[in-house]
Amino acid sequence: MATTTMSPGRSARTTDGGSPRPIRRHAAWTPYAFMAPFLAIFITFVAVPAVFGVWMSLHDWDYMFEVKPFVGLQNYLNLFDSASAAYQSFWNGMRATAIFTVASVPLLMAVPLAMAILLNRRFPGRTFFRAVFFMPYVLGVAVVGLLFRFVLDPNIGIVNAAISALGLEGALNALGISTPIPWITAQPWAWISLVLMTVWWTLGFNTIIYLAGLQDIPRELYDAAKVDGATGWQQFRHVTLPGLRNVLLFVVIITTLASANMFGQSVMVTSGGPGDSTRTALMVILGEGLESFRMGSAAAMSYLLAVFLSIVSILNVLMVRGRRRR
Amino acid sequence: MSLTTPAPQAPPGKQSAGGAATTRSVVRTGMFWALLAVLTVVFVGPIVWMFLTSMKTNPEATSVPPTLLPEQPTTAAYEGLLRLDGSYPVLRWFYNSLLAATLHMLLVLVAASTAAYALARLRFRFRGGFFAVIVSTLFVPGFIFLMPNYLIIDRLGWLDTIWALVVPGAAGAFGVFFLRQFFAMLPDELEEAALIDGANQWQIFTRIALPNAKPALATLAVLSFLTNWNDFIWPIYVLFSPERLTLPAGLRLLQGAYTTDYPVMMAGAFVASVPVLILFIFTQRYVIEGVARSGLKG
Repeated sequence: MATTTMSPGRSARTTDGGSPRPIRRHAAWTPYAFMAPFLAIFITFVAVPAVFGVWMSLHDWDYMFEVKPFVGLQNYLNLFDSASAAYQSFWNGMRATAIFTVASVPLLMAVPLAMAILLNRRFPGRTFFRAVFFMPYVLGVAVVGLLFRFVLDPNIGIVNAAISALGLEGALNALGISTPIPWITAQPWAWISLVLMTVWWTLGFNTIIYLAGLQDIPRELYDAAKVDGATGWQQFRHVTLPGLRNVLLFVVIITTLASANMFGQSVMVTSGGPGDSTRTALMVILGEGLESFRMGSAAAMSYLLAVFLSIVSILNVLMVRGRRRR
Repeated sequence: MSLTTPAPQAPPGKQSAGGAATTRSVVRTGMFWALLAVLTVVFVGPIVWMFLTSMKTNPEATSVPPTLLPEQPTTAAYEGLLRLDGSYPVLRWFYNSLLAATLHMLLVLVAASTAAYALARLRFRFRGGFFAVIVSTLFVPGFIFLMPNYLIIDRLGWLDTIWALVVPGAAGAFGVFFLRQFFAMLPDELEEAALIDGANQWQIFTRIALPNAKPALATLAVLSFLTNWNDFIWPIYVLFSPERLTLPAGLRLLQGAYTTDYPVMMAGAFVASVPVLILFIFTQRYVIEGVARSGLKG
């Protein structure tokens, strides 16, 4: 706190415990008045629901019924009991979300890093290209989903049209891939489509975060590495990657969180299909809670998914920390 | 220098090959620009394709092989969608989206800036505790709040109203966290001078802190508008009446109704994209600055 010699009279009055407070900055209630609007919203829509959600998950909370009996951990135990109604759909959803996360997170770590390195040099139009690559991110998932449902259509989509126009059908057939490719209606193509369209859509976000991180790495480190005869790859391995360690940790955590939230792409492009193969955990949770109105069970599902996510995040932190020691 | 640039000192033995080195750097520069051009097509192409398709007739849009440019450009898809007496109130959805995103943005600016000011500049008990709790929610997955918040919205009588879209998202920690950094950087001397002149904290907040944080406020305004405009999960569950939907929720309805009318669907998608694309083009500096800063906390 800054101390000044001004208004000594006031200073004498408000001094307590020997630390001089020359200026009375504000009344005791002022900070709470400033905090009030945010706190009111925060308590209503974050703090209360966090506790209320646990409470719901411990009850047979059916929106349609007046009586909501306490059932203890039954909603959670049901998710581990293969005879229960929720078991099959929940673990099918968890599997779908896991497949999507495992497939998309590495791509969303590596491709944006390559893009950031590409953009991290001085050239005319740098700001322009940065904005161009970020542009898909400002579109909503509903727009992106509609667009890719059309672009990837097996019969009339431009992707399959481009494959045949470029004469790639023969090459694909030689690899054992039958054409036209069923991008939406058969696996593994549905997953490939959903992962690639998500990379297209969200890659700009991670690229910008990496770019900010790259600009924080001191140039002298690269100069020193070059004097020591380091190749481009060695500079990347021993200067760029260590310099980005915290940024990488941040990116892997938020990307995992975002992938676990996967919902709109499956709803708009594959409707959860083919079969139930792309019906993600979030689709299952929302179906259970807001379509079948078994909200206690849905709350239990969402807490279980959150627990899985925090385990993954902790593993990520440990992995990055572990590398630091070596 | 960037990694792809060759080292300025050529290794011994290659020194005589100055011409070759220049050729190599020309080739590298050429490849660099070619790569940028390809990437630009990859990222902008689908958005352009959306617009081109919306200007076609349905037989042309679904023809194999496809035509690149519309052979008989038509605005029929837009005319059908934007008619006031059409089967889907797309203009109404547009208005709902605009109103919800604007009100949400204003609420975020008020709630986040006042709280961030208190946490950055004022002294009170539990200040550190408040801040820690708020920031910790940045890493809590949002889906755990879906069920309880649906019931809270129900109790408040806000289901199927615009308030369900405007208010809950304003509890996000990002705005508070983001603005607090700016308010904390304000020099103490400025505040003290104002106090001596008899200003109270509200006056310091509105006349000194806010004007000094204008770029940060602009960033937060754009980001909160974009997030709300594009929100998908929440509106499709808390809104029921067709005339109260937002554009993303309405697009899902359109997809169900016009499964094979691609120009209409692309026109709908384009109507939902234009405002955010225009906003982004004019404010891209703020958006990108905001995203870049969100990574610094990591």
